[in-house]
Amino acid sequence: MGITVRNISKTYKNVKALQDISFAVKPAEIFGLIGPDGAGKTTLFRILTTLLFADEGKATVAGYDVVTAYKDIRKSVGYMPGKFSLYHDLTVEENLNFFATIFGTTIEENYELIEDIYVQIAPFKNRRAGKLSGGMKQKLALCCALIHKPKVLFLDEPTTGVDPVSRKEFWEMLKRLQEKEITILVSTPYMDEAALCDRIALIQAGKILQIDTPEAIVRHYPKQIYNVGASNMYALINSLKAYEHKHSVYPFGEFVHYTDRRSNFNPEDLRRYLESQDLRQLAIEATAATIEDTFMELAK
Amino acid sequence: MEHNKVIQVTHLTKTFGDFTAVNAISFEVEKGEIFGFLGANGAGKTTAMKMLIGISTPTSGKARVAGFDVFTHAEDIKRNIGYMSQKFALYDDLTVKENITFFGGIYGLSRKQIREKSALLIDELGLEKVAHSLVGALPLGWKQKLSFSVSLIHDPKIVFLDEPTGGVDPIARRQFWEMIYKAANRGTTVFVTTHYMDEAEYCDRVSIMVNGRIEALDTPKKLKEQFKAANMNDVFLKLARG
Repeated sequence: MGITVRNISKTYKNVKALQDISFAVKPAEIFGLIGPDGAGKTTLFRILTTLLFADEGKATVAGYDVVTAYKDIRKSVGYMPGKFSLYHDLTVEENLNFFATIFGTTIEENYELIEDIYVQIAPFKNRRAGKLSGGMKQKLALCCALIHKPKVLFLDEPTTGVDPVSRKEFWEMLKRLQEKEITILVSTPYMDEAALCDRIALIQAGKILQIDTPEAIVRHYPKQIYNVGASNMYALINSLKAYEHKHSVYPFGEFVHYTDRRSNFNPEDLRRYLESQDLRQLAIEATAATIEDTFMELAK
Repeated sequence: MEHNKVIQVTHLTKTFGDFTAVNAISFEVEKGEIFGFLGANGAGKTTAMKMLIGISTPTSGKARVAGFDVFTHAEDIKRNIGYMSQKFALYDDLTVKENITFFGGIYGLSRKQIREKSALLIDELGLEKVAHSLVGALPLGWKQKLSFSVSLIHDPKIVFLDEPTGGVDPIARRQFWEMIYKAANRGTTVFVTTHYMDEAEYCDRVSIMVNGRIEALDTPKKLKEQFKAANMNDVFLKLARG
């Protein structure tokens, strides 16, 4: 029971939020929607969770049509919106009880599903949700989205604003939920999280740029990338951008990722050019493409 | 104060009741340096930064920022630094030009200076066509670039960036970092907090706070060597998880 999306489009006034989007998520797959703010991720989530009508196209979730069988979908999915949407003035335990009751179940009935997440926030079960830290809020929201044992879980930017330790724990939790046969559609603006999904769709400005496994997306990058370093980063970027044979120049941490237009590119030519520009402590070496490189090449 | 040390912090401490949020941290930041200030949620980053920008008085220790003492000259610090945050940056219901004029006025620039700065900034950022549009209607990437430029409008010695680039597309993010390199190259010190460790790799040096203390401080390259880690994310996880 996965998700199918066929030719979905949605326009707000003059903004094309989604343009002819199609993809399918297999049962028990972790599928990532990877794209920046404004890409259309939240609009798509709202259509799939039956909170918004598409202008065109069809979609099913857990086998149900998003328009004609919306009530069945609402019983079968868990949705964790990007913005913290629990009751700030209810305690941790009250929030969880509330959502269990709404879905006609109890905390006890599905406790095994949330147990390893809930034990981490249980020491604070009498604290009001509004007083929790970012990482704790995120764990409580996930518990509330899981309490009725959904078949499909929608997570809209669950890790935005969360520190690396909590992010890592969160992804470990998702892997365990996957083992329990839950289908997961997760969005993130952070490209490093893409590698943790089974398959990903790169999305920008309402269009899907590419869909594949993270490994395949990286493998299909069309050029050899070079890490270029020098003592003065700003001067290095300017010199590379001014180089007549450059294809792309992107700062990438302590290096710049450089690709050349020529098929017979020799890094020594580039070294000589950079030396002529008075750059010091030069380093040039071939490096592997990342998902971010692919995203930028496709979005160019 | 040594001329090149724009931030000097010695045993800086802040306690709330019996909780020590910042525990005797010491470090220095040089002119034109890009300094990354990292830590998990609740590690004390925000409390430490509030002391450095003059809006929270330390419990003990010493700190000089832009040449001024945080205990006695907090107002001078505010006038001599820039500040940009993801959470609050510009007024959405003012136009691009109105925002520039407003912040120029706040920092005491003359009408003539504001006119010149405004023209220069709009030209540099390529915002001619949207100069009279509301900032709320701009894409996030443009807003961030404008917000950064506005934080530099009074030519501060230091600019504090509080989680500046969340959510923008990778190309806009790099354009933003190119602006940071440009400012640093002109001698402005850049102090950045971020949760995103790939961003830490852009900094000249980074410090990592754990439970109120600075547990590591060096160049990204040396930290990766020291912790035998492939990237800053692994360095962070090793430190924060013990």
